[in-house]
Amino acid sequence: MKCGVVVFPGSNCDHDCYHILKHVLGLSTEWIWHKDNADLDRFDWVVLPGGFSFGDYLRAGAIARLSPVMKAVTRYANKGGRVLGICNGFQILLEAGLLPGALLNNRSQKFICKTVHTVVENPDTPFTRHCGKNAVLQIPIAHQQGNFYADDETLKRMADHGQVLLRYADAEGRVTEAANPNGSVQNIAAVANERKNVMGMMPHPERVADPLWPNLDGQSIFQSLIHSGAS
Amino acid sequence: MNEPRSADPEITPQVVADHGLTPGEYQRIQELLGRAPNITELGIFSVMWSEHCSYKSSRPHLKTLPSEGPRVIEGPGENAGVVDIGDGLAAVFKIESHNHPSFVEPHQGAATGVGGIMRDVFTMGARPIALLNSLRFGDPADPKTRFLLNGVVEGIAGYGNCTGVPTVGGEVYFDACYNGNILVNAFCLGLVKTDRVFRARAGGVGNAVIYVGSKTGRDGIHGASLLASAEFDDSTEEKRPTVQVGDPFTEKLLIEACLEIMKKDWVIGVQDMGAAGLTSSSFEMAGREGTGIEMDLSKVPLRETGMTPYEIMLSESQERMLFVVEKGYEEEALEIFRKWDLDAAFIGHVTEQPCVRILFEGREVVNLPVLPVVDGCLGLERPSKRPADLDRRTQLDLAAIAEPASGGEAIKKLLGSLNIASREWVYEQYDHMVRLNTLILPGSDAAVLRVKDTNKALALAVDCNSRYCYLDPYRGAQIAVSECARNIACSGGEPIGLTNCLNFGNPERPEIMWQFEQAIRGIGDACRFFDIPVVSGNVSLYNETKGEAIFPTPTIALVGLLEDRDWQTSQWFKNSGDEIGLLGETLEELGGSEYLKVMHGLTQGSPPALDLEREKNVQALCRDLIRGRHIHSAHDCSEGGLAVALAEACITRPEAPIGAAVELSSPLRKDALLFGETQSRVVISYPRQAREAIAALAHRHKTPFTFLGAIGGEALAVTVNGEKFIHEDVKTLHNLWRGSLGNYVRQTT
Repeated sequence: MKCGVVVFPGSNCDHDCYHILKHVLGLSTEWIWHKDNADLDRFDWVVLPGGFSFGDYLRAGAIARLSPVMKAVTRYANKGGRVLGICNGFQILLEAGLLPGALLNNRSQKFICKTVHTVVENPDTPFTRHCGKNAVLQIPIAHQQGNFYADDETLKRMADHGQVLLRYADAEGRVTEAANPNGSVQNIAAVANERKNVMGMMPHPERVADPLWPNLDGQSIFQSLIHSGAS
Repeated sequence: MNEPRSADPEITPQVVADHGLTPGEYQRIQELLGRAPNITELGIFSVMWSEHCSYKSSRPHLKTLPSEGPRVIEGPGENAGVVDIGDGLAAVFKIESHNHPSFVEPHQGAATGVGGIMRDVFTMGARPIALLNSLRFGDPADPKTRFLLNGVVEGIAGYGNCTGVPTVGGEVYFDACYNGNILVNAFCLGLVKTDRVFRARAGGVGNAVIYVGSKTGRDGIHGASLLASAEFDDSTEEKRPTVQVGDPFTEKLLIEACLEIMKKDWVIGVQDMGAAGLTSSSFEMAGREGTGIEMDLSKVPLRETGMTPYEIMLSESQERMLFVVEKGYEEEALEIFRKWDLDAAFIGHVTEQPCVRILFEGREVVNLPVLPVVDGCLGLERPSKRPADLDRRTQLDLAAIAEPASGGEAIKKLLGSLNIASREWVYEQYDHMVRLNTLILPGSDAAVLRVKDTNKALALAVDCNSRYCYLDPYRGAQIAVSECARNIACSGGEPIGLTNCLNFGNPERPEIMWQFEQAIRGIGDACRFFDIPVVSGNVSLYNETKGEAIFPTPTIALVGLLEDRDWQTSQWFKNSGDEIGLLGETLEELGGSEYLKVMHGLTQGSPPALDLEREKNVQALCRDLIRGRHIHSAHDCSEGGLAVALAEACITRPEAPIGAAVELSSPLRKDALLFGETQSRVVISYPRQAREAIAALAHRHKTPFTFLGAIGGEALAVTVNGEKFIHEDVKTLHNLWRGSLGNYVRQTT
């Protein structure tokens, strides 16, 4: 099994994702430089990691979507290749039009770094297969623009197609306003495209996947991909 | 030497004074050169001889600090200190101030402070892996305080988060003495292979000088000389143009590009263009090697047209570095920088004659010998005098202060007071987890980071109680070192290197110089006693506004080593049923305490006594208890004393707060017993069966060990001599402590 980690100049969770995939999960893992437009067919899945791809002074991900690699990622996704966008990776996938909705500034207008709970809404995807329905995953967030927004029509379509994968919840898995860290509509923390081969999530699964810490909830996302086999 | 252009102003006494140079200094410059300098050369002298760059007031005292040890690879004098941690790795670290810029423009001032300290670390070849900061603001009731706090925290967050270096800890402190002069001290730690440490040296005649990073603009001109080396007055707001603007994305590119190019054998030396920009980097690199540099400013990437050589040499535009690479590798170097979309240019070469020669548009505009510029400024033997009102400050008549019947009100007030309340509002804005090393997150005595590819970990802490230093700078400084080391010990680490940021008022006032001398002596004595080398540091003087100085604030940051990362220990109570004990002994001391300040509005009395031998013993004991796996938590007693230490151990527990029942018997005043800040004390918790082993180890380390009680229940319950003194629900205490700072910031004025 082979996966790729896309590196934009301002990616800063690239090393963390690489570390988890290669050293913790033992997968064959390669870097993909953002100026590279070559086909990605050799990978079973690719990850767009967190960070500040081009400083994100404009809108997070707005410049990154113009990098040559995004043409390759789009071709790969259109052919059914699995793409996981984490945090800034999620923002870039939205800007590239591969996922529905938008990410706004957090309700507090501040960067928020803390561990939150999420509940798995749709366990029937390559990204959540290993989790079980209504499983509660304790995963950190670290973002300034993670306030998910979509209009009612889009939300309905997403609901109809099971495109909401994770929602912010309390420790018991109840989706409450108090458990919403950033103002996301309907507490949405992770979404997929209709075909379920592209996922974007604001929480950082790679931060809770190293056995050095007791919490390994993030591994279930990567294990789901492993159990889903080749793209 | 070419004739000055007609546009160059004449060097009048007023021009000299405007450059912050004294008539005597100007005289000396003419003697050293054997001629008068032109305007660009005068600008160069003015920044290089400024207090900020030359350390002319502090140098004679700094030399007395111990800086050597078996682990020290680079001590003071380089961009950052380098300390061997074994396994072929070294820790690279330094703390630096960005006080004046942060007061004038809090967001950019703090951001560029973070950027500057990071560059000091990665110029040594190290990857930055952690940031800490020590922040001091004025009276919370001052309307400007909230604005400054918000701006500084946002600035640090914006810069650190973008570069992907976690901010893992620090301190925030409020006192009216910082009303007109806040302190922003930023610390950075990096890791480097011991055989890949880079130095800021311009070696090898003929080698190429390469400029890389942001384009040079007109920002920050005279930041070092006029902003950092003078006290504030009514015109402070007008100094805003001397504050630089940070670009963390370019910094991130610089980190990656520099670390990539530093893998090459043909990189000779590198220095950050920090204070005094292109001037300090070129002169200092040549000065360390005994060589010279010739540069053509026409090749420097510029942000705007029409810039003069004076402006180019003095600009403090951020995110710029100067490299020296072997002749013939210019194109390869530029290729790597292009990969990262960075501006870079081959602007000159190393020369044999120890002079810096600057060309611009085909003319020679500067030709200065290196040594007079970097070393010519005479160290100043500034007079010092003990403040006349010091005896009045340290007088404290405890009999005049009523002893409370209950400690309930005090514990609630202290936990909710802004100097003790949770810093969650601050550190939630910092990415403190990125890079996957943070074993102990912010909120414990020290942050602990794993060292990848080894079993080791590093503990980091930053500390200074400036009220103690105001009341007794010698003891206050010793306590700052001791408490910082105690924080490291409580986390399982052994201190291996110290860096300091010495924030004081105007050194031209003898009382300030006295504080400075006393504090240096305190740090030196404590470090010699504990055998901790001082490997880097920074001095920030003129921290005063209209003659009102800040409290002397010698901020101490320590790096500790855990040979086994499993030794990591946090401050909070773990298990219901565990016993609680105290290492050390409580004396009847309330001088300089947070209790006196919060409950009685007093900054008065002598700070707590400090016995270095006792301190060393309690720290050694703490480490032995941790390594022997006898204890589950360790928390040092500091602001707020034993009561606050107990409460914090109850309420900082990440899962949920937990109660504790403690029984004390003592002849001391109850407020001193619970809220006094006697040094060298640590609250521990341990499984019942460990008590005898702990007592035996404590005996061996000549440290008193007292059984205090047990963990459990929903209240913090403390009895003194059989009578109830504190009985508070821990959830209530938790809420008071946790929400206080955020509630304060969100209030509108």
